[in-house]
Amino acid sequence: MSTPLAQIKPLSQPVTMPAEVATFSPEVEAEMDRHIAKYPVKRSAILPLMFIVQRERGYLDPPAVAYLAERLDLRTTDIWEVATFYSMIYTQPVGKYHIQICKTLSCKLLGSEKITKHCSEKLGIKVGETTPDGRFSLSEVECLGSCGTAPMFQINFDYHENLTPEKVDQIIDALP
Amino acid sequence: MRITAIGCEPLQLRRVHLENSRSLDVYRANGGYEAIRKVLDSMSPDDVINEVKKSQLRGRGGAGFPTGMKWSFVPKDSPKPKYVVCNADESEPGTFKDRYLMERDPHMLIEGILIAAYALGAKTNYIYTRGEYKYLIDIMDIALDEARAEGLLGDKILGTDFSCEIHTHTGAGAYICGEETALLSSLEGLRGHPRMKPPFPAVSGLYAAPTVVNNVETLTAVPDIIKMGGEAYQELGTEKSGGTKLWSVSGHVNRPGVYELPMGYDDMEKFIMEDCGGITNGKQLKAVIPGGSSVYIMRADQIVDQDVRMDYEGLVAAGSMVGSGGFIVMDETVDIFESTKNLTEFYKHESCGWCTPCREGTDWLVKILKRIDNGGGRPEDAKLLLDLCDNIEGKSFCPLGDAAAWPIQSAIKRFPEDFERRLIQNGKA
Ligand SMILES: Cc1cc2nc3c(=O)[nH]c(=O)nc-3n(C[C@H](O)[C@H](O)[C@H](O)COP(=O)(O)O)c2cc1C
Ligand code: SF4
Ligand code: FES
Repeated sequence: MSTPLAQIKPLSQPVTMPAEVATFSPEVEAEMDRHIAKYPVKRSAILPLMFIVQRERGYLDPPAVAYLAERLDLRTTDIWEVATFYSMIYTQPVGKYHIQICKTLSCKLLGSEKITKHCSEKLGIKVGETTPDGRFSLSEVECLGSCGTAPMFQINFDYHENLTPEKVDQIIDALP
Repeated sequence: MRITAIGCEPLQLRRVHLENSRSLDVYRANGGYEAIRKVLDSMSPDDVINEVKKSQLRGRGGAGFPTGMKWSFVPKDSPKPKYVVCNADESEPGTFKDRYLMERDPHMLIEGILIAAYALGAKTNYIYTRGEYKYLIDIMDIALDEARAEGLLGDKILGTDFSCEIHTHTGAGAYICGEETALLSSLEGLRGHPRMKPPFPAVSGLYAAPTVVNNVETLTAVPDIIKMGGEAYQELGTEKSGGTKLWSVSGHVNRPGVYELPMGYDDMEKFIMEDCGGITNGKQLKAVIPGGSSVYIMRADQIVDQDVRMDYEGLVAAGSMVGSGGFIVMDETVDIFESTKNLTEFYKHESCGWCTPCREGTDWLVKILKRIDNGGGRPEDAKLLLDLCDNIEGKSFCPLGDAAAWPIQSAIKRFPEDFERRLIQNGKA
């Protein structure tokens, strides 16, 4: 059985933080406060805050991890532990546009492999890679809840469904 | 994609096609927030639980546990706060109905949560939404603000003594967080590992306080149950499977979509061939996974001319399960070895790593399937895979292990030809 949160004791020793701690604008700070206020226990806000940090800094770098630890009264290891569990939390830089192609059964039945091949050729990168200019990253992911409009991908948070190679070209070419 | 009711008046899908269906005004103009009004004016928490019990509503998240009974497990005398947590993680492959409910009719979910919170005495409630559905979190946040502005949420709701809050929360891409105890770990800001049951969440859930976790479709059924009465809702379905159910249909059909059917809809073949427009390109039906990736795959001959009844009992009798209602249709060109390998890769990827049988077992399953796929199949591999499944099923810490074993077990049993071809031909080659 897991330990109820209230019983988890903070470390008695102060933890050494990296030299640099990330900073955020007052607006972003206020946005974080609104999330923290939703919960009786601060730690619950860890995922919403990680998404805000990613939006602001691209990914969760060590200064951001140090910041979150301070902000949530946690140890840096607590932050890393959570960050490394969830596939949508990035501890490495990703491209400005992260193309995430669903590869699960319903999409596969309707040709997701063709979409992957097309994207890969168009961008000149393999799945798991980022273009040298840092503009695109390409991933294959598991079912995104669009099985009725397969095949599909998500670019950052935007859904694109009923894809064909022609439609993929239009979508990618229209990105700013 | 089609969103429609077949064989019954649309209930859950009643408002989805209205213009501005998301807005509080449209919701109210079409019967919205009448149920919470009725509850606050004339019903005790026990009255509400009794109506839900009478409705024979069973959890739509996958396990099908009777909702009224689950609610009655929450101890009334606990001094701790209580929580209602809506499970909007929707990551079971083939399932996409919760998404449209929230996208098109967010206030129905808010009203459902409010009624549950009243019945259980919960003051703070959360909607746990998978991280990829960020646009739905934004939609829900707007709807929650609208409700707050109209006195439907917050202090003294509709001028009564009932006060309650609902907050959205985001997951971050982990299928296991749909499992209710893992979801609670995740909501507490931890890695999404499942917890031991008992204690069940109803007794010790979020922050070790009594908690009810219910699926979006379950909670959105509640306002209608209150309005029409539990019995009338039950009668829309069958004796033990009350009401209507949403089916997410994908794969090789001409009209994929979200279909609302009465529980006990009497013919799965007709559903596929007529309601969903039949198989694409005039091909033959080969297989159906009727309840999301975790349930047993069915052969066409278990469906055609079999009058398979679509409800909890009917699908068990036909050799599968309702699960989440993620209905995946496959035509004659599909190699069931391939489709099974695809789903096994899913489970390997999503195994949370907490317990050995599932973490190591799913990894080995994928290794063996890949070896077979690359031409290294051996006649004894079918047995090897089944042995491995035996060591995962029933021996893992949470049901994800079982869910990983079932697709393989049923595929090898029901489509032996697709496996044998690989094992023998490739073995000799
Ligand atoms: C591996 C796994 C994944 C699950 N995923 C979901 C999910 O995405 N959505 C959901 O509502 N229930 C899911 N469940 C079921 C939940 O554990 C739980 O039974 C459900 O949320 C209870 O709500 P209900 O009674 O309204 O169905 C999952 C269960 C398991 C074992
Ligand atoms: S069965 Fe799998 S998902 Fe469940 S606890 Fe074990 S490793 Fe995690
Ligand atoms: S299988 Fe691709 S979105 Fe569900």
